[in-house]
Amino acid sequence: MKLLDFLKGERKKSASVAKERLQIIVAHQRSQRDQPDYMPMLERELLEVIRRYVQVDQDAININLDRDEDCSVLELNVTLPRT
Amino acid sequence: MAKIIVVTSGKGGVGKTTSAAAIATGLALRGNKTIVIDFDVGLRNLDLVMGCERRVVYDLVNVIQGEAGLNQAMIRDKRVDNLFILPASQTRDKDALTSEGIERVLEELNKDFDYILCDSPAGIEQGAQLAMYYADAAVVVTNPEVSSVRDSDRILGLLASKTRRAERGEDPVKEHLLITRYNPARVDDGDMLNLEDIREILAIDLIGLIPESEAVLRASNQGIPVAHDQGSDAGQAYVDTVSRLLGEDVPLRFHEYQKKGLLSRMFGGGRR
Ligand SMILES: Nc1ncnc2c1ncn2[C@@H]1O[C@H](COP(=O)(O)OP(=O)(O)OP(=O)(O)O)[C@@H](O)[C@H]1O
Ligand SMILES: [Mg+2]
Repeated sequence: MKLLDFLKGERKKSASVAKERLQIIVAHQRSQRDQPDYMPMLERELLEVIRRYVQVDQDAININLDRDEDCSVLELNVTLPRT
Repeated sequence: MAKIIVVTSGKGGVGKTTSAAAIATGLALRGNKTIVIDFDVGLRNLDLVMGCERRVVYDLVNVIQGEAGLNQAMIRDKRVDNLFILPASQTRDKDALTSEGIERVLEELNKDFDYILCDSPAGIEQGAQLAMYYADAAVVVTNPEVSSVRDSDRILGLLASKTRRAERGEDPVKEHLLITRYNPARVDDGDMLNLEDIREILAIDLIGLIPESEAVLRASNQGIPVAHDQGSDAGQAYVDTVSRLLGEDVPLRFHEYQKKGLLSRMFGGGRR
């Protein structure tokens, strides 16, 4: 199948792989831009706490701070492994 | 009132100094009184690219520390009226620059000049942040390559938060994307990010596109900014960039791959 793709010239071009990767990276960087400085630290410490109970990956945790006029919501998403 | 433009990138070696020298030259050739300041303390290069390395007596650090006056440190360009260079120190380290010192220098230049270009060091640390702090506009130099694009996005984040305009809640620093070392043949092959992709990812206005060009090395060998080489693609592309900075609507050039004809393909070797 790979060979056929290659012969038909349908190999995925490296530039389009680069674009997809960058879109994800940049979206992530931008979501962190307006976050307070303590967020990376908070994320690390939360991960440590969770890992005392469940073994999860580095990227299994996702925190996000949504700020409104009069209140902020800290959203925490943890993907737990299937048991 | 001078307009302060920082030439910055995050990633090193992408063409900031080449671009700062070429844009400053272009602005001065168009009749604007322009000074280009090297902020790369400890690793100065701008003097070489501008061809004035043997005339450096005092530098930015001397001025900031009160060891020399601005007029003693500024170097008048040999080729273009209205163009001046303020070199960086070769011996001091980065901590020799202070925000107050730079503010004083810029304040003094503000009266006399139309444009002040700041050639930023690489990185996102203090040196790069000082170079951008007082800017009105930024030229974000980006190569068509993943790490350069990612670093440019980091720089955009700093421009939006760590500049005087941001801290004072004034109009934001105007962000301009300058893509350099673009190789249309490789883009055509699908092995280099194309300019639309980069523009879409970074989502800022494109001020120019400079092709990968032999003229750039030739220019830096000679110490003559490439904007003087009007026979070259890169020289013309920088002049177009300057026109756009001055508000003119100039179509993009040098971004399309000129497919070779059958004969030159048969006899002229490969596509690169
Ligand atoms: N359009 C271009 N085509 C070919 N070579 C280029 C081009 N632009 C820059 N270069 C080369 O790339 C190298 C780095 O350029 P330059 O010194 O301007 O980058 P820089 O971003 O200022 O680097 P630093 O981060 O170290 O300050 C130089 O050798 C220069 O000649
Ligand atoms: Mg440089």
